[in-house]
Amino acid sequence: MSDEVSPQAPKAEGPRTSPVSSWRSSWRRFRKEHQWTRWAIPLAIVVLAFSYPWWGLEGPLSFVFNDGLGIDNDTLFNMSIYVMLALGLNVVVGYAGLLDLGYVAFFALGAYTLGWFGSGLFSTRDIHFLDTNAARLPGIHLSFWVVVLLAGAVCAFAGVLIGWPTLRLRGDYLAIVTLGFGEIIPDIFRNGDDIAGHNLTNGVRGVTQLDRPGFGEALNGATGGILPVRYTSLELRPWYFTVLTMVLITIFVNLRLRDSKMGRAWIAVREDEIAASAMGVPLMRTKLWAYAIGAIFGGFAGAVYGSFINGIFPVSFSFQISVIVLVMVIVGGMGNIWGVIAGAMLISWLNFRGLDKIGDWLNGAIPGSGNDIAISKYKFGIFGALLVVMMLFRPEGLIPSARRKAEFAEGEGQATLYDVRT
Amino acid sequence: MATAETASRPALERRLPISQIVLWAVGLVLAALIGYWLIKNAIDSPDRFLEVTLIGVTNGSIYALVALGYTLVYGIIELINFAHGDNFMLGTFQTNGIVNDGTFQIPFFPTSFVLAIPLAGSSAGQKIYTIFMCLLFSMLFCMVINVSIERIGYKPLRNQPRLVPLITAIGFSFILQDVGLIWKGAGPQPLPNILPTGTIFSWRAASYAWDDFIVIAVTIPLLIALTYLVRRTRSGKAMRATAQDMDASSMMGINVDRTISFTFALGGALAGAAGAIYALYIGTTKFDLGFRLGLFAFTAAVLGGIGNLSGAVLGGVVLGLIQAYTEGFWDARWTTTVVFSVLIAILVFRPSGLLGEQVPEGQ
Repeated sequence: MSDEVSPQAPKAEGPRTSPVSSWRSSWRRFRKEHQWTRWAIPLAIVVLAFSYPWWGLEGPLSFVFNDGLGIDNDTLFNMSIYVMLALGLNVVVGYAGLLDLGYVAFFALGAYTLGWFGSGLFSTRDIHFLDTNAARLPGIHLSFWVVVLLAGAVCAFAGVLIGWPTLRLRGDYLAIVTLGFGEIIPDIFRNGDDIAGHNLTNGVRGVTQLDRPGFGEALNGATGGILPVRYTSLELRPWYFTVLTMVLITIFVNLRLRDSKMGRAWIAVREDEIAASAMGVPLMRTKLWAYAIGAIFGGFAGAVYGSFINGIFPVSFSFQISVIVLVMVIVGGMGNIWGVIAGAMLISWLNFRGLDKIGDWLNGAIPGSGNDIAISKYKFGIFGALLVVMMLFRPEGLIPSARRKAEFAEGEGQATLYDVRT
Repeated sequence: MATAETASRPALERRLPISQIVLWAVGLVLAALIGYWLIKNAIDSPDRFLEVTLIGVTNGSIYALVALGYTLVYGIIELINFAHGDNFMLGTFQTNGIVNDGTFQIPFFPTSFVLAIPLAGSSAGQKIYTIFMCLLFSMLFCMVINVSIERIGYKPLRNQPRLVPLITAIGFSFILQDVGLIWKGAGPQPLPNILPTGTIFSWRAASYAWDDFIVIAVTIPLLIALTYLVRRTRSGKAMRATAQDMDASSMMGINVDRTISFTFALGGALAGAAGAIYALYIGTTKFDLGFRLGLFAFTAAVLGGIGNLSGAVLGGVVLGLIQAYTEGFWDARWTTTVVFSVLIAILVFRPSGLLGEQVPEGQ
């Protein structure tokens, strides 16, 4: 591996030019010559994404996307949520190189923040702030948008709180500690219906009847009915547009962070912690920022997800979710935003609809199989196999960033496990 | 590596004290409170305390067997073998098959091999024979699985960054779980109790039964055998050498690949034995049992000092006690939280574990 991709190798006229790489280099030249592609391509993708309900759900291509691939409103929403989660985890795992096996904790915390500040859970309280419910309900009801921001803040705080004692650990020890937190936090929510006599989370029954996003009468009137008063479970497009906007914000923040001073510090820490520290990168602060920012996106996604599902249950936040999000980041290509998005869309589609669809196709294609092939039942085994195969044959992911690829080719990473021996 | 670390050390030591002091103060206060709570419980109801302690030691010896598999593998290639817990689960399934059907089964293969007489109304001798068969074939089965995983998955990745084999291990964990799911189905898999259940001794309300004793009576010879293997035999010597320095050992003529496979075989055999004992003692198994139990056992390994064999045994027993005290005197709902809090506390306060790590040197 290492002698194939050595830094001295000529880049352009290498002896082995596969069709893909020649295609790639000519595409790169085209992009260089035509500057308008810099804004036209992202714009086209954004327009395509926002107009999906008109060309994919119904309309010309619905027979492929809605009927064939099964990407309906629910799946679309879930895919977008998971793109957000994957982008958040990408900051932690991809940029800063901290393996986080408990990311689901922040997803859960975000959802429960909505439970605390946007539902009838504390029904003896009567606190309202710009909420868009039809009637004045008992409980704490803040405006949904405030709650989303609050969820991000709570998760960032929790991230710092968790990270402060543990981020000194490295590599697999950190992975285990984050896994521990990923198990503890849902466990606390599960048992939280009786903490010193207080019901904080409603236990295994979960929190239901959550507030939905909405813009209120005033904004609805001012925009001529474009912004809905409140979202409903019947009209799902506003949900999709909301989460898509959030995904775009996440992408934007990810991109800007990657090229910021902090982003370069993350990459330096990922590549060689000791060298980065010697160059004056404050290790703890850099890692804590990565952890906190990753947590924020988990919190955002959790709040929106909880509202959409209209029920938060401790069982929905299992270790498997952490691993699925990790699979997305790894399959796509750690550290590369476009790879992670592609990985997240692929894996979440497989997770929510794809495996069912593939099972259906197999049942139809193999005569006499009836409905016996239920491969979605074994999806975790399939994801596990995917992880193993990826790690064996392409550990840098499908669309890796050039830098990450070089790191893997170099085979670095035989670092010590913790900084301070006590 | 060594020079770089010494160079960065003074800066770190200058910066850390305040946070370290706060952490240690919190830790000591917590430890004192827990100590007070335990002593209070022991004085209030000594018989109950004894019974809970015995349960803890019994469960702890099962954890110890599984933890040894983690610690052996970690000691030699510094990999957290996530698939180990699920390997243990497959061991419980194998025992389940032997006790229920009297056959040795291979997942995905329709043929099975008759080993024992199905149990209805069997004599004591037959029961002993069945227990022996359960142990033997679960050990063999898990050994083969562990070595195959090492050969397929971990061996090609030995020179990759450490996260790569770790993620592979998570992948194998999911695969093994689904092997169990396809093999026996999603529900709990009960098996008849064939261990004797008579009481050995009792004191007030506390009593100690034969099946508790058998768990320990099977575990201790296994531990002695393992200690002998690692301390006294050539393969054990090769293992210790490889754990210390892989390159140097290969230069000294040790077949490193074979030694690593041997370590995985040992770990697998211990997981199989633990699986057999667990299934016979608890009387029911499930396909997703391995994940949680595996993590608990890993916690035990970290608790004792990962890479340290006697540490893993001590850690297993301590973890069993922690679990038993939590469930006996507080609330079983909080076991997971308590165990993982212990794991985090150990990693934060004393990453080298109770007995300290013996294996990694010069890193």
